[in-house]
Amino acid sequence: MASHGIRDRVAIVAMGCTPFGEHWDRSADDLQIEAVQHALDGAGIGTHDVDAFWLGTAQSGQSGITLAAPLNLRGKPVTRVENYCASGSEALRQAAYAIAAGAYDVAMAVGVEKVKDSGYQGLNAFPIPNDGTDRSLTAAAMFGLVVPAYAERYGVDTDTMRDVLARIAVKNHANGARHPLAQFRREVDADTVCEAPLVAGSLGVYDCAGVADGAAAAIVVRAEDAHRYTDHPVFIKALSFVAGAGTGLVDPEYDFTHFPEVEAAARDAYAQATVDDPRSAFAMAEVHDCFTPTELVVMEDLGFSERGTAWKDVLAGRFELEGDLPVNTDGGLKAFGHPVGASGLRMHRECFLQLRGEAGERQVDVSRGLALVQNLGGYPGEMVCFASVLGTEPDA
Amino acid sequence: MRGILEAAGYVPHHRLRREAVAEALGTRAPSGTRAVASYDEDTTTLGVEAARLVRRGAADVTPAALWFSTADPVYLDKTNAAAIHAALRLPDTTVAADLGGTPRSGVAALLAALSSDGPALVVTADVRTGLPGSEDEVDGGDAGAAMLVGSDAHGPLLAELVATGSATEEFVDRWRVPGEPRSRRWEDRFVASRYPPLAERAIKRACEQGGIDSADLDHVIVIGLHRRSVRAVRGATGFAAGGLVDDLTAVIGNAGTAHPGLLLADVLERARPDQLVALVSLADGADTIILRTTAAVTEHDPTRTVASQIQAGDDRLSYADFLTWRGMLDREPARRPDPARVSAPAAARRADWKLGFVGSRDPETGALHLPPATVPYQGGELRGGQDPPETMPAPMADVPATVRTFTADRVARSPAPPTVFAVLDFDGGGRYPCELTDVRAGEVAVGDRVEMTFRLVHVADGLRNYFWKARPLPSGSAT
Repeated sequence: MASHGIRDRVAIVAMGCTPFGEHWDRSADDLQIEAVQHALDGAGIGTHDVDAFWLGTAQSGQSGITLAAPLNLRGKPVTRVENYCASGSEALRQAAYAIAAGAYDVAMAVGVEKVKDSGYQGLNAFPIPNDGTDRSLTAAAMFGLVVPAYAERYGVDTDTMRDVLARIAVKNHANGARHPLAQFRREVDADTVCEAPLVAGSLGVYDCAGVADGAAAAIVVRAEDAHRYTDHPVFIKALSFVAGAGTGLVDPEYDFTHFPEVEAAARDAYAQATVDDPRSAFAMAEVHDCFTPTELVVMEDLGFSERGTAWKDVLAGRFELEGDLPVNTDGGLKAFGHPVGASGLRMHRECFLQLRGEAGERQVDVSRGLALVQNLGGYPGEMVCFASVLGTEPDA
Repeated sequence: MRGILEAAGYVPHHRLRREAVAEALGTRAPSGTRAVASYDEDTTTLGVEAARLVRRGAADVTPAALWFSTADPVYLDKTNAAAIHAALRLPDTTVAADLGGTPRSGVAALLAALSSDGPALVVTADVRTGLPGSEDEVDGGDAGAAMLVGSDAHGPLLAELVATGSATEEFVDRWRVPGEPRSRRWEDRFVASRYPPLAERAIKRACEQGGIDSADLDHVIVIGLHRRSVRAVRGATGFAAGGLVDDLTAVIGNAGTAHPGLLLADVLERARPDQLVALVSLADGADTIILRTTAAVTEHDPTRTVASQIQAGDDRLSYADFLTWRGMLDREPARRPDPARVSAPAAARRADWKLGFVGSRDPETGALHLPPATVPYQGGELRGGQDPPETMPAPMADVPATVRTFTADRVARSPAPPTVFAVLDFDGGGRYPCELTDVRAGEVAVGDRVEMTFRLVHVADGLRNYFWKARPLPSGSAT
């Protein structure tokens, strides 16, 4: 058994992203075209120069034709991939592996979702014919299970827990306010977060990610070819993906205070990238903050905080823009919104911008040279998780 | 000797205060409460819950037949008894059939079972409806009842059959067109002139057959949906003072088809040995069944008595919620997609799980899987050249559990939001996250004890999706 990785063999040379939000007047086709155009602008090439495409989308289309038709791609391999909310990251992983394998010279990963056309609230999955015993709860309710479990396990009282989660929301909204493509560009204060209407359990509206339409894209090439397209390529150090066996939902040992799939994906990514101490290795990280408790737990699963201490690090401001390890510098799912298939690529784009020093007023110190993307789908106990490590320089 | 091996009633958790109806509609306020089937209960689930209590009390007896009677079947052209049969995990040799249509079908099923061979499980249930403010709505009740009928060869009888007597006559009392929410009724005084003479004949025939004087009856149950007639029969001379049984209408309402079985179960839960019990039912005729209790009633240890269920009732239900649950008040739905119709093949493949709540157990480690899985979560794998791991069925419907963590979903589609949902750890191992019912969001805590209950999840395209939920275990209850 092995996970060898493709360290420094593939580089991202350009990325694109649409504004995320309620695009009542724009279709999934329009959004894909905009994100792809944006990426092509960065690399100075056309779609004919791209040898193969991977499209991540959960429910905005089926097959590669979803992308091939609006872009008028002729005779090109286009593959649609789906892995819940990690579909965009999955597209990048497939494109990068194809380049590393030498199968193609230039590949593109695109992620898109048109969430708001459903007419419903939140995210809703396509019904697959089944026996009627599946849970029909919202994601908010499922992730809400983490809050009492974490508080009890680590002895955090209810008020403090409320403050910790509010702090995460406030931070991400503050960061999102500094990003021109974010869905929500207004800062919020802790009182607003704490007093918002409840959605599920103790989670209020501001503890939940925004639901948005959007698309994002990345162009990947062999590392040695990267400088043909840009002066500042970003190198892929690690790509890791884990689909959980859902054991948390059947195993009485699971306590809802950690996500084993995130731990496993991170462990694999760190091994691929030879990251020894995740607490000091990264300049910044983009993580899956679908709900505020998710970001809290993920800080521990990724090794950014010791078990049971992330809440203290949150209160100490460690993950804020000015902190020791800025997390979700673009506002995360919380402020940016969550077009399922696009979010993973949106996270990569923020790391891409930060590592290139192009993040404007959000720019953090990237002298450490590495950034981490963590992106998950599913629920506590039953999830998929993606983790990647990106770097400014190939290792010698 | 043939008779009753076991009997149980199931009274749902919710009560509607009759005053709440009066307050909402500005009508006169009758006193008391009526039992209300929850938004996730119907006659099939009420029947299942009653039958489960009977099965717990007589686990060794396998019924040769299951007769289900209700005036409110959830399906026509589909046997409702089949779902009850599946939930009870009875063998496929047990015939399961509906005797639906009218309240009389409950007593008719009992009479049929008493006059047949082999153990027979009689299941009755009703959800009594009426237009808002109607006598049927206010005085009706929802409940299930089940009786296991057999001979002393099958086990100790709680009560032996002494005699039966019936009188049948066609006249117009009440009638309901299928699909309508209410019955129509003929003028009261005419109906009151028909039932008492019929009851008198039915009682006389039974007493003659059993060589009994009606004054010797220790417990007399008189029930029927026609209030004035019931009062007249109860007032008839000849019954011993103190023998007339409280028909419980004041506290739970009249549960129609289920009411005879419910009252019979209630009486058998407190009767002493060698007492005569008469059941007199007025429904499109009159039927009398006379039973004599045996010494076994002193050993009778019901899992949950009718009296305890009545006492545990929760009367905080609002009239608006009652009307909503009954489909009388069409409220704004959640902004979520309509549920999809259950796949018949998928449901059939997993009937043991879906209807019987049977998981799987890994014989190697003992680890339990809910839902059942082939490859165990503890180190299991498929290997080339080896058969897939063996698993054992693990029936979990009667295993209590403890709430490990929980949440309340205010967005999910539900007739009674928020949806309360908990991660359950079962006694002896096994975990399952599932919906809670008969509980309010603010009244759940980690460590709460719960038990499984067979409920309706949703209806899509008219097709009912049944599955199991958890409800609080009554305090002080061992199981």
